[in-house]
Amino acid sequence: MSGWLRARRIESVVEAVGDTPLLRLRNVTKRASDVPVYAKLEFENPGGSVKDRAALRMIQDAQKDGRLTRDKILIDSTSGNTGVAYSLFGAALGIKVRLVMPSNVSKARKDIARAFGTEIVYSDPLEGSDGAIRLAKKIVDEDPGRYFYPDQYANPSNPLAHYHGTGPEILRDLGDRITHFVAGLGTSGTMMGTARRLKEHHRAIRCVAVEPDSALHGLEGLKHMASSLVPPIYDPRAHDEVFPVSTEDGWDMADRVAREEGLHVGHSSGANLFAAVRIAEELQAEGKPGCVVGIVCDRGDRYFSPLRWEKKYVW
Amino acid sequence: MDTIVRIPAALRTLTGGADEVTAAGATVGDVIEDLDKRHPGLKDRLLDEKGVRRFINIYVGEEDVRFTGGLATELKAGDQLSIIPAIAGG
Repeated sequence: MSGWLRARRIESVVEAVGDTPLLRLRNVTKRASDVPVYAKLEFENPGGSVKDRAALRMIQDAQKDGRLTRDKILIDSTSGNTGVAYSLFGAALGIKVRLVMPSNVSKARKDIARAFGTEIVYSDPLEGSDGAIRLAKKIVDEDPGRYFYPDQYANPSNPLAHYHGTGPEILRDLGDRITHFVAGLGTSGTMMGTARRLKEHHRAIRCVAVEPDSALHGLEGLKHMASSLVPPIYDPRAHDEVFPVSTEDGWDMADRVAREEGLHVGHSSGANLFAAVRIAEELQAEGKPGCVVGIVCDRGDRYFSPLRWEKKYVW
Repeated sequence: MDTIVRIPAALRTLTGGADEVTAAGATVGDVIEDLDKRHPGLKDRLLDEKGVRRFINIYVGEEDVRFTGGLATELKAGDQLSIIPAIAGG
């Protein structure tokens, strides 16, 4: 339990990133009692999501090699969590942040980004996240010297954060036991970096990429690769398998882990845990041993509005 | 009466790439039926057995049909219908 040894007195909010707990799920896994399923709780990062890792690494690497200087504005397209992370570190490190997001991103996350002093530029909700990417590129092209554009979809620091962070943490906490790793594909950074590290382990670990089962879906943060701009950092050879999950299955699992595990997670985490539990159930049914780790990307409270609670909301 | 329907990027494979199409009907439900005749498969993406899928919002002008009578919402001449995913994706 290395978590017990972690120093809790820290000098900067950036030191609070990473080293997240692995929680064993006990109740949604009843049909796989011999195959442990662990949720890696990325909402324990200071910005509340897995995106803190990539955002921090992209900022720090750019500061080191001079791409990001004090006179520049950090701009990127983001559906929310990366934006929260940029905003948080921007505030802590004295960097101005401007974000492009589709206007149908949940109100909660717009408000969080604004709370850190970030400026938001809205793109057409009908064009989805790809529309935000195109608009961010256009803004940068018009005045390239003014901006630092991390481009989370193309920035190697994004997967590197997981290669050096998420992957080693999982191996440290589970050692030889882990047999399967499950993560959803958004920028694909989590899967690319973590899988590369896990593949270096001396025993094979199967890496399973979760993807929405159709182009029009409600699993915020995940990409349906066949119908999307494919992120330059994405390499389909990094994982062993793609596991399509329907919006309904993802949402239902998010509800179940809240009620049965006391874990209130977002929809993409619901999809990841749905796949992780299903894999464990299949191993159990075949009488095979195993140990599955699924990524919990963020908490469910980021998604309360506009989906469920607000009758009227502004786009 | 033809209504203009705005199609999100994720569904444009079903409309030959068009971001706006037209369909006829007196209510939102009728327009979706007609849409499906013109662009087969659309209805299935938008509705399930309980009505509009949980993660899809259909707007008449600025109003979410969930709060105006759902599929029975009546349309007036000049109304524009927008299909907007509840989330942004990516």
